[in-house]
Amino acid sequence: MTSPTNKTSLIRRLEHILPPESVLHQTEDLHPFECDGLSAYRNLPIAVVLPDKLEQVQAILKLCYELNVPVVARGAGTGLSGGALPHSDGILLSLAKFKEIIDIDPVQRVARVQPGVRNLAISEAVSQYDLYYAPDPSSQIACTIGGNVAENSGGVHCLKYGLTVHNIQQIKIITIEGELLTIGGSGLDSPGYDLLALMTGSEGMLGVIVEVTVKLLPKPESAQVILAAFDDLIKAGEAVGNIISAGIIPAGLEMMDKLAIKAAEEFVHAGYPMDAVAILLCELDGSDAEVTENISTVKNILQQSGATEVRVARDDAERITFWKGRKAAFPAVGRISPDYYCMDGTIPRKHLPHVLKTMAELSAAYELPVANVFHAGDGNLHPLILYDANKPGELERTEEFGGKILELCVEVGGSITGEHGIGMEKINQMCVQFKPLELSQFHAIKDAFDKKGLLNPGKAVPTLHRCAEFGAMHVHHGELPHPELERF
Amino acid sequence: MSNNITQQLQSQVQEAYTDKTPLKILAGNSKDFYGRAVDANILDVSEHQGIISYEPTELVITARAGTRLTDIEFTLNDSNQMLAFEPPHFASTATLGGTIACNMSGPRRAYTGAARDFVLGSNIINGKAEQLKFGGQVMKNVAGYDASRLMCGAMGGLGVILDVSLKVIPKPEAEITVSHECDINQAMQYMHQWVKQSLPVSASCYVGSQLYTRLSGNQSSVTSAQQIIGGEVIGNNLVFWQQVKEQSHNFFNTEKSIWRLSLASNSSPLNSLAGDTLYEWGGALRWLSSDEPAEKIRETLSSLGGHATLFKNNTQNIAPFQPLSTGMLSIHKKLKHAFDPENIFNPGCMYKEL
Repeated sequence: MTSPTNKTSLIRRLEHILPPESVLHQTEDLHPFECDGLSAYRNLPIAVVLPDKLEQVQAILKLCYELNVPVVARGAGTGLSGGALPHSDGILLSLAKFKEIIDIDPVQRVARVQPGVRNLAISEAVSQYDLYYAPDPSSQIACTIGGNVAENSGGVHCLKYGLTVHNIQQIKIITIEGELLTIGGSGLDSPGYDLLALMTGSEGMLGVIVEVTVKLLPKPESAQVILAAFDDLIKAGEAVGNIISAGIIPAGLEMMDKLAIKAAEEFVHAGYPMDAVAILLCELDGSDAEVTENISTVKNILQQSGATEVRVARDDAERITFWKGRKAAFPAVGRISPDYYCMDGTIPRKHLPHVLKTMAELSAAYELPVANVFHAGDGNLHPLILYDANKPGELERTEEFGGKILELCVEVGGSITGEHGIGMEKINQMCVQFKPLELSQFHAIKDAFDKKGLLNPGKAVPTLHRCAEFGAMHVHHGELPHPELERF
Repeated sequence: MSNNITQQLQSQVQEAYTDKTPLKILAGNSKDFYGRAVDANILDVSEHQGIISYEPTELVITARAGTRLTDIEFTLNDSNQMLAFEPPHFASTATLGGTIACNMSGPRRAYTGAARDFVLGSNIINGKAEQLKFGGQVMKNVAGYDASRLMCGAMGGLGVILDVSLKVIPKPEAEITVSHECDINQAMQYMHQWVKQSLPVSASCYVGSQLYTRLSGNQSSVTSAQQIIGGEVIGNNLVFWQQVKEQSHNFFNTEKSIWRLSLASNSSPLNSLAGDTLYEWGGALRWLSSDEPAEKIRETLSSLGGHATLFKNNTQNIAPFQPLSTGMLSIHKKLKHAFDPENIFNPGCMYKEL
């Protein structure tokens, strides 16, 4: 598909399926789609297609299947791992025009929406029924539900309310062969294998999501937030465990370190204590009675865990201000450094002291500062490595440092990605997280849906050859696994 | 010890793979009534047992598949925690592996989630006798396809589950059940209304003109919810839900077929189907004892986007699960082949084609 004649004929055939204005192929029209939220990786596709009917998506996929053209699906392009990075020999399939909320059922508490509907737009549309959609990735104002399903997005509230996989009931997908399949159902389960779980977080590798039925939750009667300051990161980490041991599952439980606190405070003036080494933000929600009781319990726990200061937001305005600093942490760090690189590892919480200490050592060795923001309740770390892309070699050093952090997460029994996905970014670290046999099983799953390997090729699951090149195969007693494979 | 057992299981699977002889995966044999009969050599995982790790502050337990469910629940209870999906046992021999393989969840399911929602990771042996580890022990993990959740409800057809890591939750401080005498329409309205009001409902059941509603949470929220919804507090809270969950309730004492209907919670009562109905999960799960023909029941459910399982008393050898569409069956076959190329695991247990 690389020859100019083939490209021209592909575009001509796409223009038979779609109106010409929905097939972009001039270089200047392709540039806005060259990357997703991970702008370090850029690529131009042959064409960007913008269908607005299911039949068009089916026809496009059938055409690509016939001509062996790679397809990369894209929602809002806010992903942070390069999952929607275009393929140079393929097309970019934008679902942005599918932005209709098809149906809201306030009694059953579900909404059926098209994939291009923004995450926050769902909660806004169902707010009139006192309902909301729980998963709230920080990009929720812009990211779309189709992308959320593809990435199994989380957010601040997933400790209590779960990830995308826990909050959807049915999806419709179109396979690479153009077949429309309904996965899930109107009830709480469906017959056969749990394909809903398999599709969620599959990063556009198995099918194109064209409709999502999300579960909605009643808005809690009450929500309250506590801010606690600590003079020691370890004490803050222990406080998190103490809250959970007391039988309380907060709606959100976030931690920020000194550098993140400073950046956020200077940016949005959330009233954070600037002398603190760490702060915890703990949100509790539920009925009025429940929240009042839990606030007092958590306040005591925090004090007993050695907090230097514990503040309960006086009203909703202060609660929002407390969160504002946390939610603005990424752009705040962006203000104090020319560039930053956001990591997404998860660890069992008990290893937090060891991981923080090792990260500080790595930071010194690589001469790159790190600001830490955590979803502390569920052990999801977002270390932000500060660097300057204009300094030769600094991005490469940053990527290497980032890779070490992820490998550290795997070493303590965690994962290289909690919610951002593998995409292009963490493809090498997959060789550390999984053994060759497991990667082969993933490839077999991929083959079951997409034998020709046309959906989002090169992402999410590395080839064994790539892992051999990366040199991350674990050598045990000097024996390489799979000695029959070529090495590079 | 358990390493040895793992190796034994692996070599048994290796042998079956090489000889292309099917295996019936078995542990406690507590759910033998469920699914289609499998005629094959037994792969006994009941000895592969023991809790590998449990850390209450991490809210995670990891145990081998043959571990008795009662052992797990007992251990969790010691730390004031529990399995959020309240699985039925059906016999004292029920194991973790079987529970996950059948994705069995009890009364709490509609309010906190199903077994599959709490699976964080698992070790399995696939149909090529390869030992594979998916997921882990952390709450958030999106590396690779979610193969561990895929094992939930696959009825052993995709692999032998060796161990599973589950998220667990704290036990509620207080719990009561109230009953209201009302007709089904009123009951449906209550069930939806009370959840919508953010009341701490953790189970619901309508049977014999009575709506039973369980409230769980801290003392103050349970007390205030009780004041709002009224009704009579029942004295045998634990026993009642035990009977519903384990199907020892009088409703299930019948020779008629017991159908499990899963559908939208607000679907009207299915009056076109003759028989008695017990409602659970806010209306999303209905048990129907009926002599109606399978086709009629399945068509009714299918038209509502739901599905019907012939759960118990399958005297006429009817396919237990709602048939899949052609497209879905095709994907299922390919997935089965991806994990179990020689079709050695529980062949035909779920569908005759798988």
